[in-house]
Amino acid sequence: MYRWLLCFRYLKTRYIALASIISVTLGVATLIVVNSVMSGFSTEMHERLHGLASDVMIECHATGGMPDPDAHLREIERICGPALVGSSVSVSVPSMLGIDFRGQQIGRHVNLIGLDPATYDSVSDFGKYLLHPENQESASFELRESGYAPDRKELAAAGWRHRRDRVSEERRIEKMVAQERKMMAELHRKASGQSEPAEQDDAAASAAKGPSFGPSFSQQLMSGSDGQLVAAVDPMTEQFPGIILGISTCSVRHRDEAGEVKDHYYAQPGDDVRMIFPNAAGETKVINQKFTVVDLYESGMSEYDSTFAFVRLDQLQEFRGMIDPETGVRSVTTIQLKLAEGTDLNVIRDALRDRFPPELYAYNIQTWRDLQGPLLSAVRLETTILNILLFLIIAVAGFGILATFFMIVVEKTRDIGTLKALGASGRGVSSIFMTYGLLLGFVGSGAGLIGGLVFVHYINDIAELLEMFTGQEVFDPTVYYFTEIPTIVHPFTLVWVMCGAVGIAVMASVLPAMRAARMHPVQALRFE
Amino acid sequence: MPTPIVLTARGLKKSYHKDRIDVPVLRGVDLEVRQGLVTALVGRSGSGKSTLMHLLATLDRPDEGEVFFRGNRIDNAPRAVRDRYRNHEIGIIFQFYHLLPELSAIENVLAPAMIGQSVWSYFKSRSENRRRAEAMLDRVGLLHRAKHRPSEMSGGEMQRVAIARALMTDPKLLLADEPTGNLDTETGQEILRLLADLKERDNLTILMITHDDEIAASADVCWRMQDGLIHSEPGVEETPAFATHAA
Ligand SMILES: Nc1ncnc2c1ncn2[C@@H]1O[C@H](COP(=O)(O)OP(=O)(O)O)[C@@H](O)[C@H]1O
Ligand SMILES: [Mg+2]
Repeated sequence: MYRWLLCFRYLKTRYIALASIISVTLGVATLIVVNSVMSGFSTEMHERLHGLASDVMIECHATGGMPDPDAHLREIERICGPALVGSSVSVSVPSMLGIDFRGQQIGRHVNLIGLDPATYDSVSDFGKYLLHPENQESASFELRESGYAPDRKELAAAGWRHRRDRVSEERRIEKMVAQERKMMAELHRKASGQSEPAEQDDAAASAAKGPSFGPSFSQQLMSGSDGQLVAAVDPMTEQFPGIILGISTCSVRHRDEAGEVKDHYYAQPGDDVRMIFPNAAGETKVINQKFTVVDLYESGMSEYDSTFAFVRLDQLQEFRGMIDPETGVRSVTTIQLKLAEGTDLNVIRDALRDRFPPELYAYNIQTWRDLQGPLLSAVRLETTILNILLFLIIAVAGFGILATFFMIVVEKTRDIGTLKALGASGRGVSSIFMTYGLLLGFVGSGAGLIGGLVFVHYINDIAELLEMFTGQEVFDPTVYYFTEIPTIVHPFTLVWVMCGAVGIAVMASVLPAMRAARMHPVQALRFE
Repeated sequence: MPTPIVLTARGLKKSYHKDRIDVPVLRGVDLEVRQGLVTALVGRSGSGKSTLMHLLATLDRPDEGEVFFRGNRIDNAPRAVRDRYRNHEIGIIFQFYHLLPELSAIENVLAPAMIGQSVWSYFKSRSENRRRAEAMLDRVGLLHRAKHRPSEMSGGEMQRVAIARALMTDPKLLLADEPTGNLDTETGQEILRLLADLKERDNLTILMITHDDEIAASADVCWRMQDGLIHSEPGVEETPAFATHAA
């Protein structure tokens, strides 16, 4: 009983001890903030990574792909059993993206994916990262009239409107160019007899070709170079096969002088782009195919946004010649599986690897964790190291408590003697200081807990405030693709941080408490 | 007819070690304290009175010899028994009061009850404890200062709170180590009167340690200590002079 009374009195009268636990408070607060932000980040990242990749992915490395996907799927169904809840086949091929931007050819290396929008969405998040709200509901490869990304003014015109504007502008310029050419020819005719007529004609012609806006459809290039698509397309009313580009393949993000984040699009929905990729035949040929951008894909993961382009599976299979002319069976390069929640993906992966051994099949079978292994483990390592470092800080604070407690024990020597003279046991006396440590730990880490939680709650406001004062952006959206700092507070983390901090405070009070318990009552009473 | 013996010391020896040299403080002390009397132990400063009292209170262990409380040996009893003995059977007051500075007067008086009882039983008998503590403070005439801290009280008041604290658990024996040693004569007299009154009215047994012959002379029984030995055999005075002297 007396230990509680004395503890509370010590707590109220000994501010030096409170000072010694400020470091515990700060440590706990920092731990909570860091863990919340880290787990916010990693959860967001996990979600995105997992959303982008399916649970298990079977990639065929042969250019022709796996010949009979249906048989494969049946076999996979047999192996996975009821755990399999969805599957999707797709074709993935490395390719070159060509964008005609104000007369300049912009080339990007991308991974061209042919997918079936319906099933693809069932194995991984795809639709929800598209810009057009209707495409988010159900992805379509048809160009929409307008309404792409309502909150982006750069894309306000995207869609058919942009396409019509652009084409009519092109046509106007073409007309002007034609007139110019006619005039030049006229001039040339008038000046005939003067020097080098042929050469001048050439110069005029090339000057007239000059800067052209967008691809020049009127020229022969517009159809596929292999001549598959011969029918002329009227760009005013028709589109090429639809393609969805990763947003970073066709845009750059930067800051203007005012510090505002700005995006520049080389191509936006309504524009046409060119894809160059190999066909699936044994003797590889290059296919040069025009597509119309129908939407952009923004997952927030730069690795994905800057390397992917999506088209319809059946169209890509056609372009690449992946259809068996005799049986009509279409081959694919990738099978993605969605498994029931809680399934051990590694077990499934290993079973599939057993069934399709790498000695026989050029398949790569991976779970999404395998795909993102290095990144995930880097984040985990970072979190662990931060936790260790911060706990070391609290441990250092523990030594501060230890020193303070020794001082208090010395200061209280006479009182310890008095208590013993009144019949208090050694254990009772030591428990005063242990309880004191416990209370201090609770007070310190409780204050840290509250401070940390408040900080986490207002972290975005705090970041804003800091920006205002320092002029430095704390959380740079050009780097992170998150507009806000994501935080998740795990109650479990709070519990173990609290327990750890209180434990350290109690442990730091053990030695002084033992000293108090061992103190000889007579020497304590005689202590001046 | 002599009253029963409460406390007995037999052949107590105690020496301190300083740089491997034994400094004998007690060299075989025999002592008896009889119930209902004020027993004085008088001796010069440094003669070993406090050392003896610590042995009697089991705050320290003798090198040789035995201490009996009501016929039971307690100097080598288990720790828990000795703690209980100090808490329950005896009350101690010191020259320097030894109040706990963080606690108010009433809390200081309550301290022995808090120490002696578990949290549960303390709470169960809380109002009873409180009444007893208030009664004790009233007994020493300080009920009106119950909420005051030791730092807000004079020496005499602190000593009276210490007496109230010593009486809290209704001890059989009060050990007082120079209770007036730190007080002026007037205040010291007040304390002595209070002790005499306690003896008279509550039949309390007191072992009073002092270096003052005058105070010693007023006791019922007087033991004289010199060079670690009790020299003069005590003569039990027929008429207790203590009360009359002090009054
Ligand atoms: N811890 C100790 N170490 C060495 N000598 C001590 C110690 N405590 C007391 N003494 C010595 O023992 C002797 C008796 O002390 P004490 O019992 O306090 O005397 P009194 O109370 O009669 O004045 C003194 O000479 C003192 O110096
Ligand atoms: Mg003394």
